[in-house]
Amino acid sequence: MLMEASIAADFIFATMYKEILELLPYKSSFRFVDEIISLDENGVTGNYTLKKDAFFYEDHFPGNPVTPGVIITEIMAQIGLVVLGIFLALHLEQKINVDEDEKVFPLFTSTEVSFFKMVLPGEKVIVISKKQYFRFNKLKCYIEIMNEAGELVARGMFSGIIKPFSQNKKSL
Amino acid sequence: MSRQEILEGLKSVLAPYTMDKEALNSINDETEFIKDLKINSANLIDIIIDAEERYEIEIDPDSAEKIHNAGSCIDIILEKMKEKA
Repeated sequence: MLMEASIAADFIFATMYKEILELLPYKSSFRFVDEIISLDENGVTGNYTLKKDAFFYEDHFPGNPVTPGVIITEIMAQIGLVVLGIFLALHLEQKINVDEDEKVFPLFTSTEVSFFKMVLPGEKVIVISKKQYFRFNKLKCYIEIMNEAGELVARGMFSGIIKPFSQNKKSL
Repeated sequence: MSRQEILEGLKSVLAPYTMDKEALNSINDETEFIKDLKINSANLIDIIIDAEERYEIEIDPDSAEKIHNAGSCIDIILEKMKEKA
């Protein structure tokens, strides 16, 4: 009985994670989320494996490919801020009205990141985000990113605004 | 608490969010947060949250929308402090 309940719960989570991944507004070469490992209203953990043939390695740096800091920052923001932001927008009381076929549009508003370790092509990174607050559609999180050895790659505070796409077009 | 006292307190609330120390020092009721202090619009929410903590009040979304300069911010703070008292 307990087993069945846990399988059912797993299924519900898997469906919800899939729904959120589908709502991410990024496409192939700029989508930096592979898996959501855990997610609730207070935070998210997810991972991404850097593709060895990613577009930025050829020039950053020639003959010495290293993942750019901006890409590390983007991975942290996509998993830690956007995945959690979409979840909060869709599943919370204070939810934003989003039409069925409407995309949620994230606006990155500020960050301060410190870097500790390099990430090389093919490495898998794990992002752990803890919500500081979500108010007036603004989400602020403390985010850490680790490599597979569990070493801290970078950490920082991230903020962004989550709103439905149509609203955003209006305000721009 | 007088408007002048709140304006002084507001200065320290705003300080972390503006690089323009000169504009901050000459702050008055007409000082616009975004235009004059060059504050990132998303940071207005941090300012509201910091002001809530400092004055032990709660600012609802409708009141928050009215805040654009120091004067309107002081109005809302005073209003919420009166409601609480």
